[in-house]
Amino acid sequence: MSPSIAEPKYQPHRMARRWAGPLFGIACFLATLTGVLVLSVVLGAVIAAALRQPGAAPWYHLGTNLRELFDLLLGLVQKPQSSDPLRAGFRAGVVGSLWMLGLVGLMAIPVGVGAAVYLEEYIAPGALRRIIQTNIANLAGVPSIVYGILGLAVFVRAFGMKEYALGRTLIAGGLTLSLLVLPVIVISTQEALRTVPNSLRQAALALGATRWQMVRDHVLPAALPGILTGTILSLSRAIGETAPLLMVGAAGSIGVLPRSPFDRYTVLPVEIYNYAKNPKVQFQTVTAGGILILLLLLLTMNATAIIIRNRYARSG
Amino acid sequence: MSPNETKPFVSPDELWSTGSPLRSLAESAITVGLFLCALVTVLTTTGIIVVLSVESMEFFRQSGIGLLDFLTGTELKPELSPPKYGILPLVWGTLVIAAGSTMIALPIGLLSAIYLSEYAPKRVRNLLKPALELLAGIPTIVYGYLALLIVTPMLKAIFEPIGVRVETFNALSACIVVGVMIIPLVSSLSEDVLSAVPRGLRESAYGLGATKFEVSTRIVLPAALSGVVASFILALSRAIGETMAVVLAAGMRPRITLNPFTSVETMTTYIVAVTNGEASHGSPKYLSLFAVGMALFVMTLTLNILSGLVLRRYREVYQ
Repeated sequence: MSPSIAEPKYQPHRMARRWAGPLFGIACFLATLTGVLVLSVVLGAVIAAALRQPGAAPWYHLGTNLRELFDLLLGLVQKPQSSDPLRAGFRAGVVGSLWMLGLVGLMAIPVGVGAAVYLEEYIAPGALRRIIQTNIANLAGVPSIVYGILGLAVFVRAFGMKEYALGRTLIAGGLTLSLLVLPVIVISTQEALRTVPNSLRQAALALGATRWQMVRDHVLPAALPGILTGTILSLSRAIGETAPLLMVGAAGSIGVLPRSPFDRYTVLPVEIYNYAKNPKVQFQTVTAGGILILLLLLLTMNATAIIIRNRYARSG
Repeated sequence: MSPNETKPFVSPDELWSTGSPLRSLAESAITVGLFLCALVTVLTTTGIIVVLSVESMEFFRQSGIGLLDFLTGTELKPELSPPKYGILPLVWGTLVIAAGSTMIALPIGLLSAIYLSEYAPKRVRNLLKPALELLAGIPTIVYGYLALLIVTPMLKAIFEPIGVRVETFNALSACIVVGVMIIPLVSSLSEDVLSAVPRGLRESAYGLGATKFEVSTRIVLPAALSGVVASFILALSRAIGETMAVVLAAGMRPRITLNPFTSVETMTTYIVAVTNGEASHGSPKYLSLFAVGMALFVMTLTLNILSGLVLRRYREVYQ
């Protein structure tokens, strides 16, 4: 009689093997859920803090709460800075952040896409390309506050040469943030360019297109969704950055809204930081409201980016 | 193009010519322009290194403090006369928070990476990956505020009744929020390398009768180990360079202590504190921020390079 396969010696640790698998799977699943959990805790806690006022409706009056929240955010966007929690708002910060978005977009996107095109489409593989590539990879890992130090020394103070120094202006902050997001834009654009099939390039070149015509008319349009995703994500990173702007002088308080890139400014995260530091409990509503405005802005940008990518990734 | 629109006349010669001298000039101008764009990134690195080293040198010259004293000094008291600039309390604070936060982020991040790459059905995965990315997009200041709003009060509620004094700013709450903050980083980087392990390896293990657990932990994980370690190192570097969450959560008291319930100061926090403080431009205290920045830059750069080395040197190459 041949030995049965069900004999214990052919099934070592049978129970352990049967149970360890599902348990491990559940642990992994729970670990993944921490992300979702954290996201909901963040939003829930911030919304709760924003609505924490005397006389506020109880939490289950969702309609009333929603309207209150809307009113609060709308009010906060319009109110100027103030040391009185009831009159304090984020108008200067919102305006400054929008300026910053425009400046960084204008400066960082062309340079970043240009650098990526140069690395992917123009330069031959070799020592120079490897050096630039390694350099960009390392730049992407430099802490943001180091960029703040760079901006402080180079743009704000120009090594102490008064006539070149930009001072604590929007343009100095914009240049600093542009350098900060540049590596991210370059890397994501390069990835997008790499997904463009080589046959497209060869076809364009075979028809007599110059290299630039090939890039402009064929490669860039084909890579556009990927490039868009990368740039939107990096711009949203720029909007959320606080530390480098604290360094290059986003002011704690400004009297007038900036009208040109050479005016003084403040941005939304810096204002949030200043209100968050304030020990008065009443400022909690203001701070939480500011964070909600910031999160709404960023989550919209990021969700747009992710949707663009997913849509084109599927059809492509 | 509408059908009744007439095409401009193009002579055959023009059609076949490769272009005027002007056009080739434009072509090379574009090449030069694109090269300049790439050059900006190199100049940024040069700028960082030049700024940090020049101003650090100036700091050492003005304050009269030796490099060795700076690196091994255990006291940071710029107000004293003579002032004491020892970076060790800052390094200690930085390392405590980096170690604490990675202890939270590494296991959770790795488990979630394994789930996403090995266990998750495709639909769940397509839902969870964007959620993780959204999470990675939350600015650090929000996490800092979260520490003040929830984590610290919670720690107080748990530990004060058993007689442990919890300061408003403390290292533990900074560890928790920074740890939570870098989970998405660890999990998305690790997931990339786990998914890159060829299917054939998994299938041969299944063919030999391995369970999913065994395939995940004994086949896929070892095969992708270099990438996983590289992502751990990157996460550590990110935790070291983290600023705003730590500023709001851990406070600004430079000291060397093992008590996680007291305030510590990190290198990044010190830099922010000096810029926002009263130190005048050019004074030794102001210049010290560049020296601390240099140390921070060197630390994170070393870790990033190390991460790249691990990834390249120990990668198992398949195919």
